Amino acid sequence: MFVRLSTAIAALSFLTSAALAQGTKPTDPQIAHIAYTAGVIDITAAKQAISKASNKDVKAFAEDMVRDHEAVNKQALDLVKTLKVTPEDNDTSKTLSKQAADKLAELGKLKGAEYEKAYVANEVAYHKAVNSALETQLIPSANNAELKSLLQTGLKIFQGHQQHAEHVAAGLK
Amino acid sequence: MWPGHYLPIVTALTLGAMAVPAHAATIQIVMENLVVSPAAVSAKVGDTIEWINKDVLAHTATARNGDFDVTMPPKKTVTSFLKKAGMVEYYCRFHPNMKATLTVAP
Repeated sequence: MFVRLSTAIAALSFLTSAALAQGTKPTDPQIAHIAYTAGVIDITAAKQAISKASNKDVKAFAEDMVRDHEAVNKQALDLVKTLKVTPEDNDTSKTLSKQAADKLAELGKLKGAEYEKAYVANEVAYHKAVNSALETQLIPSANNAELKSLLQTGLKIFQGHQQHAEHVAAGLK
Repeated sequence: MWPGHYLPIVTALTLGAMAVPAHAATIQIVMENLVVSPAAVSAKVGDTIEWINKDVLAHTATARNGDFDVTMPPKKTVTSFLKKAGMVEYYCRFHPNMKATLTVAP
């Protein structure tokens, strides 16, 4: 189950290493787009879990992901509107979306307990990768104070999600 | 939402003036960035708890012993009225890492 590193996670790692290597930082419109995209990816994965999973804890976790990520993304949309910033699509967002779609298809082929384990394991790894990207790349790169603050709040929320996912994963063994 | 010993907010507010003894306190418990603070609260029967949710997320204060289950919509404050003594551990059903205790003296 852990043989294949989630491709979306690879994309987030790529974001960190590539940007650092070039000494370039993502701009605020790009950061907003990446953060929003990362949220949409998790919502989509959660909706798949709600329809596929039967384990009570897995389902509840997935419902929490939809509720929280939709709430955070709504905040993000409100903020970019206030700031009159247009989120800008970029290679990181594109890679994330493409690879998340592949992961979704891969998970879609699994069934029952096997699916549940794979979904939760990916949630642990995905939140870890997102949190690391937020901490080391997106938050330090954000120029606007309100955007930075929203990302910091997001980081705390997603750290909670990671712990929650780890807890659910432990219960599945 | 308010099984057993808890009254709906509206009732609590309406009855508040007559039901709450003069010495009753109002205690604030804040949920912010998925942290409950203070994590341990001591109160007395007759006190009011103001559950303040500063997050953009919904939270709950759900007693492990089933005494109460308060839902706080994002950025809202919900009030409850303590009628029963005891030490209650509670958590957020949506974010099970959020845990705290409420000790209610008679």
